[in-house]
Amino acid sequence: MQKLLIIALKDLKLIFRDPAALILMLLAPFLITLGMGVVTGRFSGNATSGINSMTVAIVNQDEGELGKALEAIFKSEDLADLVVPTFPITTDEAHRLIEADEVSAAIIVPQGFSASIIPDEQGNISGEPIQIAFIANPNSPTNAGILRSILDAFLTQVEVGRIGAEVTLSQIAQTGKLTPELAAQLGEALGTQLAQQSAQAQPIQLENTTASGAAVKFDLLMYFAPGMALMFLMFAVTQGGRSLLLENRTGTLPRMLQTPTSSAQILGGKVLGIFLTAVTQLTILIGGTSLLFSLDWGQPLGVFLLILAAAFAASGWGSFIATLFKTPAQVSNFGSVIMLIFGLLGGSFFDISLLPEWVSVLSKITPNAWGLRGFTTLAGGGTLGSISEPLMALVLMGIILFAAASIWMRRRGLTGM
Amino acid sequence: MAPILEVRDLVKKYGDFTAVNRISFSVDEGEIFSLLGPNGAGKTTTISVISTLFTPTNGDASVCGHSVLKDPMEVKRCIGVVPQELALYEDLSALENLQFWGKMYGLSGKALSDRITEVLDQIGLKDKAKQRIKTYSGGMKRRVNIGIGLLHKPKLLFMDEPTVGIDPQSRRAILDSVKELNRQGMTILYTTHYMEEAQELSDRVGIIDHGELIALGTQEELTRQVDETDTLVLHIAENEDPQPLVDRLQTLDGVLSAIAIDHEISIVAHSAQELIAPAIRASEAMGIKIYSMDIREPNLEAVFLHLTGRALRD
Repeated sequence: MQKLLIIALKDLKLIFRDPAALILMLLAPFLITLGMGVVTGRFSGNATSGINSMTVAIVNQDEGELGKALEAIFKSEDLADLVVPTFPITTDEAHRLIEADEVSAAIIVPQGFSASIIPDEQGNISGEPIQIAFIANPNSPTNAGILRSILDAFLTQVEVGRIGAEVTLSQIAQTGKLTPELAAQLGEALGTQLAQQSAQAQPIQLENTTASGAAVKFDLLMYFAPGMALMFLMFAVTQGGRSLLLENRTGTLPRMLQTPTSSAQILGGKVLGIFLTAVTQLTILIGGTSLLFSLDWGQPLGVFLLILAAAFAASGWGSFIATLFKTPAQVSNFGSVIMLIFGLLGGSFFDISLLPEWVSVLSKITPNAWGLRGFTTLAGGGTLGSISEPLMALVLMGIILFAAASIWMRRRGLTGM
Repeated sequence: MAPILEVRDLVKKYGDFTAVNRISFSVDEGEIFSLLGPNGAGKTTTISVISTLFTPTNGDASVCGHSVLKDPMEVKRCIGVVPQELALYEDLSALENLQFWGKMYGLSGKALSDRITEVLDQIGLKDKAKQRIKTYSGGMKRRVNIGIGLLHKPKLLFMDEPTVGIDPQSRRAILDSVKELNRQGMTILYTTHYMEEAQELSDRVGIIDHGELIALGTQEELTRQVDETDTLVLHIAENEDPQPLVDRLQTLDGVLSAIAIDHEISIVAHSAQELIAPAIRASEAMGIKIYSMDIREPNLEAVFLHLTGRALRD
């Protein structure tokens, strides 16, 4: 065991003395996470966690209930930490606010919007539904996207309600028991109910609730930070795998074999080195993002176990990849490709649930997907029990890959002779 | 003296290629034994098998009384290896390299730090021990490479071409340190393709070519094989093609062999003196100018030339 540690600590020292490796292992994930934070407006407001200061201009020219309902949503307490609405009188003024980069988007509710959806006292609807205009600020694409999602959710609620009301009225009318007076009263009542429902609708889920019921704020960086950390973790482990071949080439591996040290001890030491590198990298990234970006990664024991499990699985990949190739350059090149593929598949860049089902299935071979699931669960207030599946999957992945790597290595011999 | 190393019918094959073919020799405790041969002759493979890095295809070797096949770990405890290529961590300092390799040899604590101090003194790098290896000159790196092999005071030290690619001053220092180590009682197996190094250092020499040991003995025993011959060396212009002259010289009476290396033609003959005039006439006839010539006493180079018909540097 002592020899294993001697070799592993030497490898750890060497990799942390390599400026190029440090840039890709630590600086790159930090910078990309920072960039994501800037793009999402994470750092433009106060220092609290979460997305904030998404400014929106709402021009409500509608005199009806739905216009008021939309205003009410953007003024609601639920969105108070997230959205800062302003209410200019004219469309021109809204355009001016966008051009001055003072708002991320503008929403124009035209005159007669409610009337085009809610039946009047006679149960009639005035023509085709009038459309709401959404104007995005090109300088704030992410904020504009989120505001658009809130609006879409509201409109979906309106549409569901409108169709529901139509169906109800037509079904009653078909019974022949609906008098014109009753139809008018019913239409008005349904319209009012529709407006109330739309106003009460939760257009976007911004709060997660822990098992204990406490509210936890959602923070986009809590998605990007582990995503990037896990993606660049793959770089660290392939670098580790590459070092085995590099040492063979530079003669230090044969020299180790000429000391009173067994092949198993040397291989074990190299693998332990990869694992320690991965654990150190993840710990630095998690600690660093906690301090720099005020991120709350969740329950410390869970985070610690997830770091170990993710590092274990990734190290398995690093060792396995090293056995597939003969030269350090091949491992480096393939490692970079794998890092990107696993990053994409594992959801480091975007939510894979938006992609076809087969992508989601394929993502399960990556430590990224399981790790990300675990970290976001913990950040959302998850407990140790709630990350048991990702933990087990990562450990199992590591065991399978290490077994495959050691069988292949035994066949080939440590020095490939 | 009892042999500290006995090699018996050692064979190492890589597929169809035989790198080492039925080599047998022994090295006595306290001697410097050189394996002399050109590049690719099988010297490094022989050392690699004896130092347990490669498993022999056939045969065995006994080091300090332990079989390399049956007891490789005990063999490794007894030997030190100075590989031909620099096997160092460039991003670690000399001190950190020595610490790492010392621990790999089982040293620790005060024993390790004391030994590192001694070795740094021995290789003359005490003042620069904390500098990273990548900042060192080639000669300094070579010295660290040797120092690592000495850390655990091995009984038998393998030195595989330790002077390749370094300046004459560092080369001199290394040769002197080899003699000093031997004076202190260390047995050394030294491989080289430099005839002068083998001549200067060795008690006994094994000449190896194409994986086979073609001669073995003390320098006197070996040169006796070419005792009745001299070597006449002709130096010609660098832009001349020596081969036509070599072909012509080989037809002269009394010439045993002739070979050209760069702009130097070596002619082994029963009497070099008698060959001077015919050689000059032949060169004049072919329009090749001889700048200088000298006659050399029988040496290991001549032995190799005599045995193989090729030069050591071929």
